[in-house]
Amino acid sequence: MRSEIITAPETEAPATPVLVPLPRRRARARRGLTRWLLVVVLAVLSLPFVFPTWWMATSSLKPMSEILRRVPTLWPQDPSFDAYGRVFTLQPFAQQYWNSLYIAVVVTLGTMLVAAMAGYAFARIRFPGANALFVLVLVGLLVPAEVTIVPLFRIVNTLGLVDTHWPLIVVPVLGAPAVLAVFIMRQFFLGLPTELEEAGRLDGLGRWGVFWRIAVPLSRSALGAVAIFTFLKSWNLYLEPVVYLSSKESFTLPQALTQYVDAYGGPMWNVQLAATTLTVLPVLAVFLVAQKQFVQGLAHSGLKG
Amino acid sequence: MAASAAVRRDRLVGYTMVAPVVLGSLAFVVLPLVMVVWYSLHEWNVLANTFTFVGAENYQRMAADPGLADALRATLWFSVGLVVVNIALALLLAVLLNQRLPGTTTFRTFFFSPVVVSLVAWTIVWSFLLQADGGINGFLSVLGVEGPNWLRRPDAAMAAVIIVQVFKNVGLNMILFLAALQGVPEELQEAARLDGAGAWRRFRSVTLPLISPTVLLVSIITIVGSLEVFAQIDVLTGGGPGSSTTVLVYYLYQQAFRFNEFGYASALAVLLFVIVLVLTLLQWQSRKRWVFHEV
Repeated sequence: MRSEIITAPETEAPATPVLVPLPRRRARARRGLTRWLLVVVLAVLSLPFVFPTWWMATSSLKPMSEILRRVPTLWPQDPSFDAYGRVFTLQPFAQQYWNSLYIAVVVTLGTMLVAAMAGYAFARIRFPGANALFVLVLVGLLVPAEVTIVPLFRIVNTLGLVDTHWPLIVVPVLGAPAVLAVFIMRQFFLGLPTELEEAGRLDGLGRWGVFWRIAVPLSRSALGAVAIFTFLKSWNLYLEPVVYLSSKESFTLPQALTQYVDAYGGPMWNVQLAATTLTVLPVLAVFLVAQKQFVQGLAHSGLKG
Repeated sequence: MAASAAVRRDRLVGYTMVAPVVLGSLAFVVLPLVMVVWYSLHEWNVLANTFTFVGAENYQRMAADPGLADALRATLWFSVGLVVVNIALALLLAVLLNQRLPGTTTFRTFFFSPVVVSLVAWTIVWSFLLQADGGINGFLSVLGVEGPNWLRRPDAAMAAVIIVQVFKNVGLNMILFLAALQGVPEELQEAARLDGAGAWRRFRSVTLPLISPTVLLVSIITIVGSLEVFAQIDVLTGGGPGSSTTVLVYYLYQQAFRFNEFGYASALAVLLFVIVLVLTLLQWQSRKRWVFHEV
């Protein structure tokens, strides 16, 4: 950024215009032009990323007569919140919203606790079989949810937990989805200097004391990353709710969003988009506020550690 | 070798701390894996209430199943299409964002934002846009172009599923590439510039070789991720039209939860697991090389 200001033509031009050879000045002007062209390219490229969200929010304010139309309108001609009312009358949407929210919060807190403990122990404590156990846990990274969905459904069914939220909470916290979190926490603790913990031990803290009072507070950034991708993963979970849940009162949001259809199975677009908007906007708002943490946290999960 | 009391106490704490995830892995990963292999050796129909040992019959059936052949073909198309478009676009965006152009931060936010949007929500909005009388064809008609019914034509439907998925997640790969690009030493670029290399030449001969380990790693991760595409297919096309977008995981889901063929679905799950296993081993292999390069 700074170099741009320094080389900006206005700062040099008035002093000794004669000394700047003409071809070079032209080259610089061309570079400036190229830069602006690239900005235009970026703006065009960002359309498919930004426009859908805009289209979702504005279409949710349109009546059905305006919503599918040969000549689309970028802004509703007669904005109305009718669709938002029907979101709640057609389905127990508030209940479903609460289901998604509380499940995601419990899963996030549970995963943070489980991953912090296991990550710390695997990184710091020497106990026989630690490596073998760690490898056993890592197997979870290799198993897509679809591979184990049939036996897990069978287990859940045998335990009589179909159409409850238990499998959506317990399996992610203790099963394969938590493994990435354990791995990230272990990597973090491995990279953390041990001096502070040793000082804590000299001050008479036991293992648990060192863990809770020193290690956990120091690992806030890694825990934040874990929290963000765990929350989003739970909030977006789709296959598992579709398999485990059957009554509308127990549905979570992704599943509920697909249920706004008319008697013939055709989607009621404006209502569906209103519900979708209600699902998306809070998360987007949090993202805009805490962007850096989101990008770092999700890049972590993208790289699988 | 009697351990002192303190060491023993420390070990006990260690076991306690790893117990939840170890027991969880046994119950929700290892046990289901064993079960799915066991089920795959059975003819098991929930509705007919049959569960009989048939040995390798489900695997023989897989070899002769035209539906599976279609599903594997669809999976291949989807994965290859997704990886090519995703990596190309992610690289392009990363390179553009690395030019220190005005507005870079805002654009980065734009490109990344779909990553945090719920997958089903994102897919629903695109489904709305891609309807025959939806937004995209609406804008095309303003330009005088008659757009196709995107989700009802086999080739267009597959392309649509790929594109929707690319826009959803390309921001993540873009960030990973951006980090790699920022690790390319400025001096090398400068040296190439002095040698008279143009922008494209510099990218191809200097930048790309230096970030190629990252490109490889990200490609494999993207391929593995592409095998787990379920929600997008279910919401956007339901596997159709025909079976043109019925990828392996969707086929597995249909066999298990639509046709109640749990035995056959388990055999498909074993196949999926083997594919993911092979790809992941490849990834670890490439990661070793990657770390080597970094040092």
